[in-house]
Amino acid sequence: MNLIDVKNLTKRFPMGKGEFTALKNINITIGKGEFVGLIGPSGSGKTTLLNILGSLDVPSDGEAIVLGNSIGALSAKQSAMLRKESLGFIFQSYNLLQVHTVYENVEFPLLLLKLPAAERKMMVMEALAWVGLTDKAKSKPPQLSGGECQRVAIARAMVKRPSLVLADEPTANLDAANSHNILKTMEALNRDLNTTFVFATHDEKVIGYLRRKIFLLDGRIDKDEVVEHS
Amino acid sequence: MIKFLVKGLLRDKSRSQMPIIVVAIGVMLTVFIHAYINGFMGDTIELNARFSHGHLKVMTKGYADNMSQTPNDLALLDSDSLLSSLQREYPTVAWVTRIQFGGLVDAPDSTGETRAQGPAMGMGIDFLSPASSEVERLNIPKSLVRGRLIQNAGEALISNLFAEKLGVLPGDVVTLIGSTMNGSMSMYNFTIVGTIAFGAEALDRGALIVDIEDARYALDMQNAAGEVLGFLEGGFYSDDDAIAIAQRFNALHADSSSEYAPVMKSLSQQGNMGSYVSLLNTWTGIISSIFVLAMALVLWNAGLLGSLRRYGEFGVRLAMGEEKGHVYRTLIYESVVIGVIGTAIGTAIGLFFALLLQVYGIDISGMMEGAAMMMPTVIKARITPADYYLGLIPGLVSTVVGSMLAGVGIYRRQTAKLFKELEA
Ligand SMILES: Nc1ncnc2c1ncn2[C@@H]1O[C@H](COP(=O)(O)OP(=O)(O)O)[C@@H](O)[C@H]1O
Ligand SMILES: [Mg+2]
Repeated sequence: MNLIDVKNLTKRFPMGKGEFTALKNINITIGKGEFVGLIGPSGSGKTTLLNILGSLDVPSDGEAIVLGNSIGALSAKQSAMLRKESLGFIFQSYNLLQVHTVYENVEFPLLLLKLPAAERKMMVMEALAWVGLTDKAKSKPPQLSGGECQRVAIARAMVKRPSLVLADEPTANLDAANSHNILKTMEALNRDLNTTFVFATHDEKVIGYLRRKIFLLDGRIDKDEVVEHS
Repeated sequence: MIKFLVKGLLRDKSRSQMPIIVVAIGVMLTVFIHAYINGFMGDTIELNARFSHGHLKVMTKGYADNMSQTPNDLALLDSDSLLSSLQREYPTVAWVTRIQFGGLVDAPDSTGETRAQGPAMGMGIDFLSPASSEVERLNIPKSLVRGRLIQNAGEALISNLFAEKLGVLPGDVVTLIGSTMNGSMSMYNFTIVGTIAFGAEALDRGALIVDIEDARYALDMQNAAGEVLGFLEGGFYSDDDAIAIAQRFNALHADSSSEYAPVMKSLSQQGNMGSYVSLLNTWTGIISSIFVLAMALVLWNAGLLGSLRRYGEFGVRLAMGEEKGHVYRTLIYESVVIGVIGTAIGTAIGLFFALLLQVYGIDISGMMEGAAMMMPTVIKARITPADYYLGLIPGLVSTVVGSMLAGVGIYRRQTAKLFKELEA
């Protein structure tokens, strides 16, 4: 079974008196363990599609089936449950909780899952080890660099070992060295844990790591190509 | 989870400390202003009650018609039996007889010639009978500036200001020139034994206080009195209670059309006191509600802004899979905690300042010079039971309602939009 099945998906936003169609009749399937990117210029619909896959938004027409759930048919409770149990998010601007420590930020998804304290601790420390921030556990986001913040965000997205991680322009605020660093980290997690990663990006550095590139243009799929390398 | 939220609340000063301070200040001002207005308005009424109007006053119909002139030719003739019947019929009210009179005080020099003269506002009160509460009611011991209180017949107290104007000292003898009940002129000598300052400009200009029996001699009013004053239980004026008692009394005497028939009036039914009482009540109400409302708006807004600022955080929490209802409830719980703590602190501080003002007062006599109205020259707050819970309206209710409204956005907006505000 495919992890993601998008069928004839259209997304319209109300705009002024009329409507604006951000996604037009999209069809994609994504399987388990893929490292895939939605690539396209600003305004091409990448974020809109990612939000629907993340059940933060719903299709206007067609279907988006994620882990067997039809996004448009889920109740608010069910979509919260899907996000809580199976999805991880990484954002361009990190979106860490500023007054909480690195440890607490990473622990938050586990609190929602109501896991026992001992288990939480083990999982948080392991996630911090993945991103190389074990020694920053007690720091707070304002004391960290941008690269470190994004690594905390990766740890937070990965700590519950979700099936699917959605990353929207994760390198947009980072320099080249940090971009490569976090991409290598995500690549390793994809390889070791078989987590599926879906990116939205127009950054060449990110594109270089992708194993499949889905090009979006004006809300349509322009090209969908699998990269054949080592 | 609770621990996580508490940590966030404690660490984020803009989420805890700031709103608590804002709520506390708002509540403090509300409580203090309310106690202050109550004190000022209530004091003015009580001052007028104690010195001239009583909470209730019984007079003859003729006297009542010209009350401002204190026409003692229309005095109550058998005042002692009237007094005892009032005491019997209305035992919860404290009844006292008084004579108010005008006259000229003449201070002679050593040869007996007039040295100085001045118009007096005389008051005959029950000074000498052992059960009398009048000395305390008029706060005379504390108002004494020089000399001593009246201990014997023929003695008088005079306002300190008046004494200075006349150049008399305790021990001097002055002559009261007035008119008897029957309209003829009367002259009566009093020994000044002390001078007093009441702290009310209108009284301190020309007060002359004597025992009521002396006043009766001086004005030829044997067994008569101009007025019988009643003071309600508890010491505070209640317009509804006073009017009810007056109505009951007047119903018994309604059939008599004689000028000498007794009539009872509540403080609010005397002269312009009625409009004053209703003015005071209206203004106490208006000012208090404006203040409560203004504070409510401020705190509501603070609650609203504080929550709007956190849409980004809510967006993240929702993305992590927290349910909307849970995010919303935690927001409300937080605002309840903030509201309760802020209200408690604000009420405590507000009551503390109100208590200071209730005990010590602020002397504003400088501003009251020449005031025709009898108003207290010391402003005091008066803490009423309402002050203990009034702060809850702006402090708790508004803060929580503000957060509730702000929180509606969590439901109404699409989750994806909460992020938009974050990713500016
Ligand atoms: N909530 C919305 N309401 C109206 N228009 C929107 C909304 N979200 C996105 N759009 C529009 O949809 C188009 C695609 O947006 P988006 O998916 O954010 O593009 P990208 O992420 O590729 O830059 C843009 O033209 C944008 O203005
Ligand atoms: Mg985008």
